Amino acid sequence: MKKIDLVLGGVGGQGILTIAGVIAQTALRAGLNVKQSEVHGMAQRGGAVEAHLRLSPETVWSDLVPTGTAAVVCGMEPMEALRQRHYLAPGGCLVASTDPIPSGADYPPVADLIAELRKTPDAVLLPAAEMARIAGNARAANMVLLGAVAARLKLPEATVRAVIADLFKSKGDDVVEANLKAFAAGQDAASY
Amino acid sequence: MTSPLLLLGDEAIARGAIDAGISGCYAYPGTPSTEILEFIQGWQAKHGDILHSEWSANEKTAMEEALGMSYAGRRVLVCMKHVGLNVAADGFMNAAVTGVNGGLVIVVADDPSMHSSQNEQDSRYYAKFALVPCLEPANQQEAYEITRLGFELSERLNVPVMLRLTTRLAHSRANVRTAAPLPQRPVQMPDNARRFVLLPGIARRNYAALVARQPEMIRAAAESPFNALLPGADRTLGILAAGIGFNYLNESFGGPCPHPVLKLSQYPLPPELLKSFLESCDEVLVLEDGYPLLEEALHGPAGLNPRIHGRIDGRLPRTGELTPEHVAKALGRTLPPSAEPSPLLRQRPPRMCDGCPHIDAYKALLEALAETGPGHVFADIGCYTLGALPPFEAINSCVDMGASISMAKGAADAGFLPAVAVIGDSTFTHSGLTPLLDAVYADSPITVFILDNGTTGMTGGQTSLATGRLEQVCAGLGVAPEHIRTITPLPKQHAENVRVLKEEIYGHAGLSVIIARRECIQTARLKTPGRKT
Ligand SMILES: Cc1ncc(C[n+]2csc(CCOP(=O)(O)OP(=O)(O)O)c2C)c(N)n1
Repeated sequence: MKKIDLVLGGVGGQGILTIAGVIAQTALRAGLNVKQSEVHGMAQRGGAVEAHLRLSPETVWSDLVPTGTAAVVCGMEPMEALRQRHYLAPGGCLVASTDPIPSGADYPPVADLIAELRKTPDAVLLPAAEMARIAGNARAANMVLLGAVAARLKLPEATVRAVIADLFKSKGDDVVEANLKAFAAGQDAASY
Repeated sequence: MTSPLLLLGDEAIARGAIDAGISGCYAYPGTPSTEILEFIQGWQAKHGDILHSEWSANEKTAMEEALGMSYAGRRVLVCMKHVGLNVAADGFMNAAVTGVNGGLVIVVADDPSMHSSQNEQDSRYYAKFALVPCLEPANQQEAYEITRLGFELSERLNVPVMLRLTTRLAHSRANVRTAAPLPQRPVQMPDNARRFVLLPGIARRNYAALVARQPEMIRAAAESPFNALLPGADRTLGILAAGIGFNYLNESFGGPCPHPVLKLSQYPLPPELLKSFLESCDEVLVLEDGYPLLEEALHGPAGLNPRIHGRIDGRLPRTGELTPEHVAKALGRTLPPSAEPSPLLRQRPPRMCDGCPHIDAYKALLEALAETGPGHVFADIGCYTLGALPPFEAINSCVDMGASISMAKGAADAGFLPAVAVIGDSTFTHSGLTPLLDAVYADSPITVFILDNGTTGMTGGQTSLATGRLEQVCAGLGVAPEHIRTITPLPKQHAENVRVLKEEIYGHAGLSVIIARRECIQTARLKTPGRKT
């Protein structure tokens, strides 16, 4: 694996740390250096949250990804994807769920948000909740997005799947299977 | 083969302390320090009860309990967020004068940018104030290693040692390699127990000895493996990089820095080191994640020196945490182009969870106070502080833990009535008992509304020390039992709750306590059997 910078955005409680954690573990198993900066505390109560993830065979210095340098920005929610868009490097890929979580009465129409996200030439926009439900677990929307990110970053598939299986092992085989299916659905949707 | 550990800065400190042979860790939760004791509790659950790891009532009791364990000859860690050190400051300052027996390391996690805090005070000033060493790791590996150094320094120099970090390191994970663990130390009396008796005669001797040990502390910093002078050919600029400032510096150059760099992670610094560095370069840029402490020291008392750049001359923003962008800009590097913020963006502040008991408590309180109008609610710190935001806008103050009750009493003393205090159960046991005693003594005409969700919610659901006993605690302090009322904040209880609140706010001219008791929706959810993600 080579050097990868990635920024995730979402609403507190949505599970962006699970996505970050799986990619970080994958990198660790591949022998890379990792820095994973997370939001804990107040914002986790339904506020806008972000996580920065940096993987490299070399030393990783900053815990934060500098703006304009991320290979992928991944949003669990359309406006939260937009909020992190400035981290994206020119030519980078924007992965986002199109399922809105309104922030308030002035939340813009979803179609406007989607049109705005599409201004990024490489945008993978997915109805992640619906895809997760079809895969067998409505809560696995984050695994759908993880699948899309993994496909774009060409993460070693077998390792990612093994990390996901380990993560959900304690919750039973059906949960593992649904999460792996959701992951595969995201992978397929983002593959060229 | 053991895979490398991926640890938060907080967790690296916790693991470093375990491996340094601590016998206990004392803490009160507070972002961004909470994960230190949580890691130790998780470790205990796996490896057996080998050390003390319960939450304390507040940072002051944590600090003093730790000093007691140090007195008994064992190594001990105490952890808090920056404002927690204000609460623990009395114990902290005086522990510098007593000195230690077993090594004592105080971890203080600062929160520049106030991600989850009321201010962004820089704890390094406290270390300087107390005349004790301060360690400031640059990364997670250093956090692990410097913790062990902290215990060695503490014992060698006979002082408590501060370990200071900021949010970004506390809450970022990286690979950490561990070293062979050390055994715990046996219980052992201090060689001279009288030095813990700070009568003026003894304290004067101790304090003189503390001052006399300063050169040794400075020498330790001069020889520290965590401080380094890195040569660079281009002396038009030198860079002083403290703590994680060092990372942003290296990030900016994406390789070796062409300028001389003074990497700093241990204080107090030798003044000659700063002086000679300043003299060796045309200009100096200071990178520190916090207040401009070093920068101020470089300028000295003679006014601003135009050769020194940083937060004071505006090269870097005066407030907020350092970022890779700010540092790159201060170094004159061009940033890659990036998307402009979209006009479609809307703020998304945190809010109380759906089904949160505080919501029903506030609805009842707002209705009860409708005839008075806004402005009469002194609140406190916790999830319920989010009641300041729309749609509730139910509270008028949030200052420091416990201040709701004391401010309500002060306002009532001034004749400002009604005066209501809103305080969470954990905040109440942290710092609400003593102001309640003031109110009992004066029979203040205030109403104290304790929002008892049975946990320390804001910081993630840690034990709350008076869960199930709040009525007895209040009665024990002397609140009249007939004015200790308990309600259940639920929509179906709304009318009844408004009635009870009105009775106590308007119908009783003395002190009342109303306890709104319903479990935090988050902790309740965690307990639901068969819950799957
Ligand atoms: C001196 C100090 N210590 C710790 C904190 C961090 N802190 C903020 S809110 C909070 C918990 C409050 O718990 P509780 O009063 O029970 O209210 P809840 O969040 O459960 O509603 C803590 C520990 C702080 N702000 N100040």
